[in-house]
Amino acid sequence: MMTAPIWGRCLRAIVVREGLRFVHQRERFFAALVRPLVWLGIFAVGFRAVLGLSIIPPYETYILYEEYVVPGLIGMIQLFNGMQSSLSMVYDREMGSMKTLLVSPLPRWYLLVCKLLAGVLVSVVQAYVFLAVAWFWDVRPPPLGYVAALPALLLGGLMLGALGLLLSSFIKQLENFAGVMNFVIFPMFFASSALYPIWRIREGSPVLAWVAELNPFTHAVELIRFALYLDVNATAVLVVAGCLALFLGGAILAYDPGRGFWARRAGPAEQGGG
Amino acid sequence: MAVPAEVPVLEVEGLSHRFGERKALDGVSFAIPAGRFVALLGLNGAGKTTLFSLITRLYNNQTGGIRVFGVDMRRHPARALARIGVVFQQPTLDPDLTVLQNLRYHGGLHGLSSKRITESTREELTRIGLADRADERVRSLSGGQRRRVEIARALLHRPDLLLLDEPTVGLDIELRRQVLDHVHALCRERGLAVLWATHLIDEAWADDGVVVLHRGRVLAAGPVAELRAEADGVSLGEAFGRLTAAAAPRGGAP
Repeated sequence: MMTAPIWGRCLRAIVVREGLRFVHQRERFFAALVRPLVWLGIFAVGFRAVLGLSIIPPYETYILYEEYVVPGLIGMIQLFNGMQSSLSMVYDREMGSMKTLLVSPLPRWYLLVCKLLAGVLVSVVQAYVFLAVAWFWDVRPPPLGYVAALPALLLGGLMLGALGLLLSSFIKQLENFAGVMNFVIFPMFFASSALYPIWRIREGSPVLAWVAELNPFTHAVELIRFALYLDVNATAVLVVAGCLALFLGGAILAYDPGRGFWARRAGPAEQGGG
Repeated sequence: MAVPAEVPVLEVEGLSHRFGERKALDGVSFAIPAGRFVALLGLNGAGKTTLFSLITRLYNNQTGGIRVFGVDMRRHPARALARIGVVFQQPTLDPDLTVLQNLRYHGGLHGLSSKRITESTREELTRIGLADRADERVRSLSGGQRRRVEIARALLHRPDLLLLDEPTVGLDIELRRQVLDHVHALCRERGLAVLWATHLIDEAWADDGVVVLHRGRVLAAGPVAELRAEADGVSLGEAFGRLTAAAAPRGGAP
């Protein structure tokens, strides 16, 4: 029978492997760290003068643009991380190494959840490293905010990771991945509250503001923003949790051995190797 | 768990599978008892990979049954999968991780305890003569060594059935012989049941079993000697050629 220690060992094995892979892929490690720093150190400084911010919740005073953009950049870290996991799912599937995961006797939904958790833990570590660097940039949320941010980072990371998993089931080949990035990452990032508050977007385009309000990424960012300043955004919690359930459910269906795409189409090895 | 001697380790019965219009497998049936090496012979496109995907439950079978020690794969996938070790056609070790890290990952996926993983890893690596390379990255191993590590990995959870999908692809003649010897020895010494997919006729030895798969159908299944006897004592290659030629002209509509 499948007992609790067996489930635990499986989860641990997947988390350890994901962690080792992250550490070994130096380029990925540095890219993940440098990307938000470029935004913070260059974009945010240049943008500070362009964008006037009023006092909006959860902030209680006037803030510099750098302070506003930090939660958005954490969201970006998690968004990229989710897509990175998606990319590695497609890659593993194409290279055949995913099969070693799938022949585990544990149920497939559990294996997917383990994969998801492992990816999220990596993204949470990245987020805290970034927060530490931002602290030297004088972006200093209240000390307890760093603790309060943890559940928000986990929930937001899970939602974006689940989106990546779901997308990976639609991507048939590695070559199609760049297209998905263009159609998912960039619109999600720019049409959100990550870089500018929604009331600012509304001044420019009410339609875009409406899109941003519907964008789950906006809610992941707001969730983190509020938590960092010891506040709770209930709408964000509900939207992010709802989207997580939706995306994860979809991914589990897509990877199901009876219903999913595995059963409907032959893999690349099928056509070549027979 | 005591298993009656007559229950085969692997039993495939009436297995059919289609991808849309294309029928990849059509009424496939055969069985493998303990301690038997069975070569699954078939040309490219015969349906070998589809058959492997179904036995490893990459996806569910649509019709027919797959049983491991009498345990139905669809009804109790966890129990059935726990007794199977698989070596896939494509290399699946993580080249950036060490041999040990790769093996520990696999052991964890099967829910083995840390202690047991350590024991099994030492045992399997010693068997293949790579115990002293455990902490090296897989990248630094040769192709033949990687293959042997993959076989060691498949045996880590002590399965009763070992599946290998064209495991000698990309190996030179000498390494091919080594891997083949190694797996035959496992069969004899451990009573492991082996299903070895290949399109290389000479990988089936004289006292092995053979399943001839052609365009998704089993043309013949049984001991190599029997197959040759039925074909008036010609070589296995000749017998295979006659069977597939008689079945359907190559290049016709599927």
